[in-house]
Amino acid sequence: MDPRAFLRTAPEPTLPPPPGATGFFALWRARLFADATTGVLTVLGLALIVWAAPILFRFLILDAVWTAPDGKACAAPGAGACWAYVWRKFPFFMYGSYPVEHRWRVDVTLLAGAALIVWLLWRGAPRKGLAAFLFFAVYPVAAFFLLRGAEFLGLPVVSTDLWGGVLVTLIMALAGIVFSLPFGVLLALGRRSRLPVVRAFSVGFIEIMRGVPMITVLFMANLMLPLFVPPALSPDRLLRPLVGVALFASAYMAEVIRGGLQAMPKGQFEGAMALGLTYPQRMRLVILPQVLTIVIPGIVNTFIGLFKDTTLVAIVGIFDFLRTVETARLDPEWAGPTIATTGYVFAALFYFVFCFGMSRYSLGVETSLQKGRTR
Amino acid sequence: MATIAGAPPKVRPWNDPFWRGLAYQVALAVVVGVLIVGAILNARANMQARGIPTGFGFWDDPARFDINQTLIPYSATSPNSRVFWVGLLNTLVVAGVGLVFATMLGFALGVARLSRNWLIAKIATVYIEAVRNVPLLVQLLFWYNAVLKPLPNPRQSIALFDLAFLNNRGLFLPAPVPKEGFVALPLALGLGVALAAAFAWWARLRQRETGAQAPVGAVSAALIVGLPVAAHILAGAPLAFDMPQLKGFNFAGGFRLTPELVALTVGLVTYTAAFIAEIVRAGVMSVPKGQHEAAAALGLRAAPIRKLVTMPQAMRVIIPPLINQYLNLTKNSTLAVAIGYPDLFNVFAGTVLNNTGAAVQIMFMTMGVYLAFSLATSAIMNAYNARMALKER
Repeated sequence: MDPRAFLRTAPEPTLPPPPGATGFFALWRARLFADATTGVLTVLGLALIVWAAPILFRFLILDAVWTAPDGKACAAPGAGACWAYVWRKFPFFMYGSYPVEHRWRVDVTLLAGAALIVWLLWRGAPRKGLAAFLFFAVYPVAAFFLLRGAEFLGLPVVSTDLWGGVLVTLIMALAGIVFSLPFGVLLALGRRSRLPVVRAFSVGFIEIMRGVPMITVLFMANLMLPLFVPPALSPDRLLRPLVGVALFASAYMAEVIRGGLQAMPKGQFEGAMALGLTYPQRMRLVILPQVLTIVIPGIVNTFIGLFKDTTLVAIVGIFDFLRTVETARLDPEWAGPTIATTGYVFAALFYFVFCFGMSRYSLGVETSLQKGRTR
Repeated sequence: MATIAGAPPKVRPWNDPFWRGLAYQVALAVVVGVLIVGAILNARANMQARGIPTGFGFWDDPARFDINQTLIPYSATSPNSRVFWVGLLNTLVVAGVGLVFATMLGFALGVARLSRNWLIAKIATVYIEAVRNVPLLVQLLFWYNAVLKPLPNPRQSIALFDLAFLNNRGLFLPAPVPKEGFVALPLALGLGVALAAAFAWWARLRQRETGAQAPVGAVSAALIVGLPVAAHILAGAPLAFDMPQLKGFNFAGGFRLTPELVALTVGLVTYTAAFIAEIVRAGVMSVPKGQHEAAAALGLRAAPIRKLVTMPQAMRVIIPPLINQYLNLTKNSTLAVAIGYPDLFNVFAGTVLNNTGAAVQIMFMTMGVYLAFSLATSAIMNAYNARMALKER
């Protein structure tokens, strides 16, 4: 007899899991009724949903007024959300009082901006350098002439008093992005500079901007900027909060980028120095490309904050999207008990779509940046 | 053998790091200096041209307007300086109340999002994502204009157990009224706190000596709540409650919170809580899994593991960003201006500024107040970080 007969020659067959431990019901029992406490919580959660969901469904969809020529149907008792009102006011929400026959200029500007942003944010898209040049240098100038108009281009001038709605919100956000990124990089480098005056200036600017509420910066820009310059140069009504938003965002951006600079291994700085590169070359060719890549999530989160903060310009009298919602709410023709709620729900949806989209993008970038470390 | 003779090679000044750095700094200082001096000169000329006051004379002038929530005596004849203090106190009230409730709601949501219960975790996630991604201003306007303003009038108030009444004039709560012998209550409360502290100290000493644990939480709660209640009964009920009563078209008596305060507090609390929840979640997730497993292997149950192992380590990560959220909440309370709550920014940088025109002085003072909050916060945070830094060998 073979002396190794006690050894197995074939693996033991895999046993099925004990009954009741797998499958649809077991999974959901583990998720919802693992023990007494979670069971009670589940029942409470279900009660909340059973209570809230029909109310929301009835208000937003079932009882909602989808089409109506005027506000009468929405003012009727028991009527839900007045989507007809949103539909009627939609052009006002989008463009403010921008002249109807020139609204194509707004569309072109915003579409071009969107295309450039997609190009910049699409990881793996070619010619990023060209995209950055177009977005940060060419686009602001082109957008200015297209929106404001210029006689030599044959485009009549549209006063900024008429601009409004989503247009102004996106201008605020885009200007904040275009300005705050380069200025934030400069401030972050300044904060880590070995030159004491440069460092003191950067630290002072960043800490003051981050220490005060944004609304004070906007008030300051609105009330005091005209005082600080000669009357002839008094800035445009729309430009003032734009300056405030841009400076405010730069300070937050600077701190995000500083975090990236601090995360860079010292060897990168030393290696670049050993190659004989000058300071601008070291930063441009070696340090900043790496830093800007690892801080993309932080940058996008700052943009989300910036985008939400643009609503504050409504307080200093700029007709941004939220302000148009506030104005349209008071239209006597559409007066009704649900108009305010409808307007705010619509505004909330608008901001949510943008901010949530950006945060998903930032999460995706973060995951793909982690890939190298979690191999 | 070759030696290197003579002075080091001459470097041209524009290649010498020292001179170059100096040149950059002088250039920056000159540019910033010119901008600042230019701004000051322009401001002086512009202010004189428009007749804007340049001094602090406005500080003692009468304010000439009413404020609907004042914690210190105030009337329309009070000076503008009084407006400053009234506004500052109102800011502190909303920030103080807000951060207490935001912390409670935020911790609950953060723990809920990590719950093993799938449904609870999903509800918390939906709440957090929805609230975080909508601007605070939209939420404040919603609470004020869409929820609180359309409430029924006092006659048809929404009553909570006949104790609190919510209507379009605000939230009416029972007001505590001290009577004769009331002094016994604060004394009892102080005694309770002192005894609880002594008990905690004794329990810590005993745990260090013997390893035995004492129910510190339960005993402290019993002392702090029980002693004042006992004093209340023994001293013949010196604390009465003035209940809000419907008189005519409005409520009389009780304690009224203005709709503006309610809307601002609810808005700030629900918004900040979503951010605190994310901080709590990140803090709990930062504790390595091995800590939990090792504690379980030692035979600890779920509750002691949470209390003794997970939470102390998570708090180290949670507290600095939590303090930052408190600062954010305080700064965000300036959005009161959109719904008319009389906080510092609204009454001082809003109304007083409009009345007096002293824009520069008032804006710098207001910014200085918030900057002081911010500096105090970072001082607290630095002290905390220094204390909590891992003591490495």
